[in-house]
Amino acid sequence: MYWKETMVQMVNIGVGSLIIILIISFFIGAVSSVQFAYNLSGSMVPMYFVGYVVKESLILELAPTVSCLILAGKVGSNLASELGTMRLTEQIDALEIMGVNTFSYLIGPKLAAAIIMIPILVTISATTGIVGGLFAGSLTGYVSQTDYMQGVLMGFLAKNIWVMITKATVFGFVLTSISCYQGFYAHGSAIEIGKASTRAVVLSCIMVLLSDFILTWLLLN
Amino acid sequence: MIEVKEVSKSFGAQDVLKKISCLFEAGKNNLIIGKSGSGKTVLLKSIVGLLAPSSGHVFFDGKDYVAMNSRDKNEIRREIGMLFQGGALFDSLTVEENVRFPLDMFTNLSLSDKVDRVNEVLKRVNLVNANHKFPSQLSGGMQKRTGIARAIVMNPKYLFCDEPNSGLDPQTSIVIDELIMEITEEYKITTITNTHDMNSVITNGDKIVFLHLGEKHWEGTKETLFEADNKELIDFIFASDFLKEARDVRVQKLKSQWKK
Repeated sequence: MYWKETMVQMVNIGVGSLIIILIISFFIGAVSSVQFAYNLSGSMVPMYFVGYVVKESLILELAPTVSCLILAGKVGSNLASELGTMRLTEQIDALEIMGVNTFSYLIGPKLAAAIIMIPILVTISATTGIVGGLFAGSLTGYVSQTDYMQGVLMGFLAKNIWVMITKATVFGFVLTSISCYQGFYAHGSAIEIGKASTRAVVLSCIMVLLSDFILTWLLLN
Repeated sequence: MIEVKEVSKSFGAQDVLKKISCLFEAGKNNLIIGKSGSGKTVLLKSIVGLLAPSSGHVFFDGKDYVAMNSRDKNEIRREIGMLFQGGALFDSLTVEENVRFPLDMFTNLSLSDKVDRVNEVLKRVNLVNANHKFPSQLSGGMQKRTGIARAIVMNPKYLFCDEPNSGLDPQTSIVIDELIMEITEEYKITTITNTHDMNSVITNGDKIVFLHLGEKHWEGTKETLFEADNKELIDFIFASDFLKEARDVRVQKLKSQWKK
């Protein structure tokens, strides 16, 4: 039952968030590429540097942080309202009466699914962003595909990938645990579900940004 | 058998239950009745352990449930079935999956055995051809029947029903009442039902406990209910003007008979 529930949550969190992550990441990469190219135009810095800067900024910051802020809104509000509704309609009480450990049955699979799927989503986000930058650069004529790819392949550091994965895992844990807590302990009337969802999103965003700063400081120092 | 011994429950400074003691016998339909806000639901939730009593004890067949550790409590909980006021069915699961849920969680039966057991209890509660429907596609009565089926699928020793008739029309209420009564007698389980529906009280009340403002005011059976001289209970039974008038007419009639 726990394994099945984890699989369901992996599909909900991973597959359910894929489209929005793809769209947003593509345009973040595209805009970053055009902006860097615009700033570099007329300077002595070679244009292949655009690919390098887009790749580094996506891997180290934009892909994990922006993706997780989006996921805090989409997944966080979803989890908080799902658990809040279960609490208010006595579904959690029904599980407790059956002798089910509600915390491990309801929250455990969600946490596990988020910790597995969010790093995968963030990796997809970084890749899509780089592809977005490639398309935008060549489409606007700022940077050729060859120059862009030269920059992307330049100075590749495996450590940066681990920084991205670590950030994504921590952010996934933070936003899921905050959202589940808000939903699980919701009480009162239906209006409380909305309030719990809002609290979940706001607190998750703040905690993601705070942990982003701490992780960047610790991992890149 | 369930024994409640001097159970009190407070929320902050507000005392919701005040030293309630009563005995609920096996194979009988025990009713907790009272007005809204009298503490019925809090008492029921304190008995099943969804709320921890501020003081007092609850004994399930002699075992002190309040003093148990969570592992032992879970053992007792697997012998408990509960029908919630709103059904509390899992929205994302079909009727069959809802009823099968306790079997999936706590038994090693094969899928076909589980499905057979589910069909058996669904037939018992007269809910056929609804296996693949979701709770949102069911009527109130069907949701209650699914809740009853889920509550009895593990052959519980204790059945708790929190206002089983709320939101149902009078005819469906009678059907649900009869079903609870039949299941109680058939499986010889200890049933505790929390209600303010007088029809249920009159038909199902093997044992009745009347609560008023968190205190037990009266205890008896459906046969002794109308002989009770507790003012709050009389007000509760004859709540409507129509019933009060009917009672006054009856009293006048009796008085005139006595004068003759």
